Amino acid sequence: MTEQGTNGNGRALLEIKELKKHFRVGRGVTLKAVDGISLEIERGETLGLVGESGCGKTTAGRVLVRLYEPSGGEVIFGGKDVHGTEGEEGRALNRKMQMIFQDQQASLNPRMIVRDIIAEGLDIHNLVGSKKERLDRVQELLDVVGLDKEHANRYPHEFSGGQRQRIGVARALAVNPEFIVADEPVSALDVSIQAQVINLMRRLQEERDLTYLFISHDLSVVKYISDRVGVMYLGQLVELADSDELYENPLHPYTRALLSAVPVPDPDYETERERTVLQGDLPSPVNPPSGCRFRTRCPQAVEAAAQVEPEWREIKLGHWVQACPCFT
Amino acid sequence: MNGDSILEVRDLRISFSTYAGEVQAVRGVSFDLRRGETLAIVGESGSGKTVTAKSLLRLLPEANTTIKGGEALFEGQDLLKLSEQQMQKLRGSKIAMVFQDPMTSLDPTMKIGRQITESLKEHLGLSGQRARERAVELLTLVGIPNPEDRVKQYPHQFSGGMRQRVVIAIALACDPQILIADEPTTALDVTIQAQILELLRDLQEQLGMSVILITHDLGVVAHTAHRVAVMYAGKVIETGTLREIFYNPQMPYTWGLLASIPLPTADRSQDLIPIPGSPPDMHDPPKGCPFTPRCPYAMRVCAEEMPGYTTFSAEHKAACWLHHPMAPNVEPPVRIGGTR
Amino acid sequence: METRHRELTPDLFNSAPLTAQEGERIAGPPIGFWKDSWIRLKKNRGALISLGVIVVLIALAFALGPLLSPYTLYGQDLTRRFLGPTAEFWFGTDKFGRDMWTRVWAGTRVSLYIAFLAAFLDIFVGVVYGAISGFLGGRVDDVMQRVIEVLNGIPYLVVAILAMTIFKPGILTISIAIGLTGWTYMARIVRGRMLQLKEQDFTLASRSLGASRSRLVWKHLLPNSLGPIIVNLMFTIPTAIFAEAFLSFIGLGIQVPEASLGSLISDAASEMRFHPYLLWFPSIVFCLLMVCFNLLGDGLRDALDPKMRK
Repeated sequence: MTEQGTNGNGRALLEIKELKKHFRVGRGVTLKAVDGISLEIERGETLGLVGESGCGKTTAGRVLVRLYEPSGGEVIFGGKDVHGTEGEEGRALNRKMQMIFQDQQASLNPRMIVRDIIAEGLDIHNLVGSKKERLDRVQELLDVVGLDKEHANRYPHEFSGGQRQRIGVARALAVNPEFIVADEPVSALDVSIQAQVINLMRRLQEERDLTYLFISHDLSVVKYISDRVGVMYLGQLVELADSDELYENPLHPYTRALLSAVPVPDPDYETERERTVLQGDLPSPVNPPSGCRFRTRCPQAVEAAAQVEPEWREIKLGHWVQACPCFT
Repeated sequence: MNGDSILEVRDLRISFSTYAGEVQAVRGVSFDLRRGETLAIVGESGSGKTVTAKSLLRLLPEANTTIKGGEALFEGQDLLKLSEQQMQKLRGSKIAMVFQDPMTSLDPTMKIGRQITESLKEHLGLSGQRARERAVELLTLVGIPNPEDRVKQYPHQFSGGMRQRVVIAIALACDPQILIADEPTTALDVTIQAQILELLRDLQEQLGMSVILITHDLGVVAHTAHRVAVMYAGKVIETGTLREIFYNPQMPYTWGLLASIPLPTADRSQDLIPIPGSPPDMHDPPKGCPFTPRCPYAMRVCAEEMPGYTTFSAEHKAACWLHHPMAPNVEPPVRIGGTR
Repeated sequence: METRHRELTPDLFNSAPLTAQEGERIAGPPIGFWKDSWIRLKKNRGALISLGVIVVLIALAFALGPLLSPYTLYGQDLTRRFLGPTAEFWFGTDKFGRDMWTRVWAGTRVSLYIAFLAAFLDIFVGVVYGAISGFLGGRVDDVMQRVIEVLNGIPYLVVAILAMTIFKPGILTISIAIGLTGWTYMARIVRGRMLQLKEQDFTLASRSLGASRSRLVWKHLLPNSLGPIIVNLMFTIPTAIFAEAFLSFIGLGIQVPEASLGSLISDAASEMRFHPYLLWFPSIVFCLLMVCFNLLGDGLRDALDPKMRK
């Protein structure tokens, strides 16, 4: 496999090589949630990962922060193997990669006050010396995410959805990570609140030189916040390109269909656009179609698609596609 | 779509009693539904849109719900005052509803065919044979392949998108005049959502029914609606035709909503313009305009009194103090109406 | 624009937007989980009354009862056998002339001791077992659950009889016998809760922060399981009281001259025809305890259930 997805200047913070995650779901039945994805993420960039249910994007994110062990492949962060490094070094590595969760209600322990929730990372890694230092740090973080100092003594259920999500962000920031996996961070929020959290994330990225993996099914949001976007289908990457490039010149039929399916809040645009509406349902990731996995719903499917495993190729500079026989 | 009104809702007021006090979910909602059109009711959490929709079919839990006022006129009758028996005759036959979650909308232990024919037998009095034939016709209408076989299957044998089609088929069984769709595609994947929206649009054209579409997704609205009513904190704050709302909105909340969504053409170097704060707590609704705490154009009068409606065209009304002659002139943010 | 009643002056149209910070403010004092539950419990009349009754009964059994009576538990006086309730003997006397007031409250004490001891065993063994089983999951969980199933298959009566024949019957033995078979229910509940909580996002969040297993269990999983644990405890107590009464009825419970509510009822049953008062008093206390703990348990279940919050 050749160099993936960087602009060749070798500033890759994170290298993912042929990552696989399989789950055993019954007698001899394996769910191939992530089945061989490879890409690199540069320091300071936001990589968006989109796809529909069962594509594996959430699983991929969780493997990255070590919530799951991979079934194959490797993840290299700053030159070190994320899942291979043990002990003190492993924990330090862990700290650098954090996660923001989708369900802001479920991601905060309902029995803990906000101060303890945010300070948990500090406690675990002994990053503060005294109670006062701890409190100062928490208040600082609350301020950074736009919440009030006195909120530190309250319980999660007293906050609104947007505020809870910001507490989640504060918690992730407490340990000074370099890389944050944001798993559908705004999907469960009202539209007017989504913008608050997105702006916050962008500001933090600039201020702290953060790198994001932004996982979402909402294409408009992903396009806006990401520098590059990867499209996943049934556990594999089907296309990866710069944000604008992907939207202007999508090559893979699935990407085209996905972009076409997203309704845009602009009535004239909606009336004038041409839509490709896919027929049929998403196949189950337990038994993906042979060859090109998209062939069962692809409007351009050809015979050869069932036999040949499409190759992951860089068609243009920085623009990678799973090259299916139907368009190459 | 300028037909006459098939449903007129006037000053609807609904409250819930919870252990923490009274929640005024709907505080004086009025709108019309015209024949053959799709009216989108847009709002975020706490806006009261779902409660409004359910109240039309009186599907709210009786124990703690009080309809405090208003009327909903359909075919000369007030839906809010009919008896349960009269409502049962209407539900599924003249007015049908499609809910958000296709997983829980179907009875898991009953075959699909029976769930459709149930309605046919109850309301149209069709015989077994004729009812079965009609069920197959309906499944074909909603685009389910091999309907003769699938009619005998159970819900768990259908995927999410297919299930939602079945739910739509059941809703359409007796040729209703009004279809109320409460977030029908929110729980579905994007590509499946596109299928269902196409289906709803085609069906509406074919059957000429009127649709009330409840949603928070402005993209869906732009795709399917003819007219839009924007709700906030239990009130309708702006209504108008689709183009009027999207290209000439008159209310800061609507501006805020439209400005906070990234369009595909958005400039990535610009920050989104969010609406600060959160929707208000309906246990203690604010006295004046509910949007005041979050409105960048708020004036003193906004917190004190609820503004009346200003009419901008035959269809376009908005309730905002900015339209009062004594208010300063305010330009809406550049993004709106200027992108194309 | 349709203007209404009020006179609108130009100054009302001056700008007055709220600042961002004000928009974020939360009204009211912080309400923790326990305070919130207590507020909800208070609204449940039945539970509140039950709580009151239980407190009164416990006070009577442990403090007021003995204080208010000059008589002793064992003091026999055959001259005053079978006296009905009088001013001197509020609950009457039994066949040995012993004061029933003293005996009833002594019996209540014993029943409560047994119930609390059994509940204690429940927590200790049940919670720990269930927590380990649920948290570790996988094969360990499978094996531990099979063990529970085997234990459940053994009727507690058999265990009780064995315990009584091997050891001397007494408060401790009875508590152990009841507790030994009762903990399985608690274990199952805690295990279920652990399995559920393990997959919740907040647990995952802590894991991604690097939390150790013991931290996860003590700071996150167990505190969120306290609800079902407490509720179950409330139901264990009446179950234990009843079990002891049953054992007494078949002669395996507290032996004479000690008394428990069960043994008092058992003795009184044979005298029921002619001296019904011997049966009434212990029975009323017994029923009150059972009903009140059950009502309180029900109330707690609703109050502690986070889903039922506003």
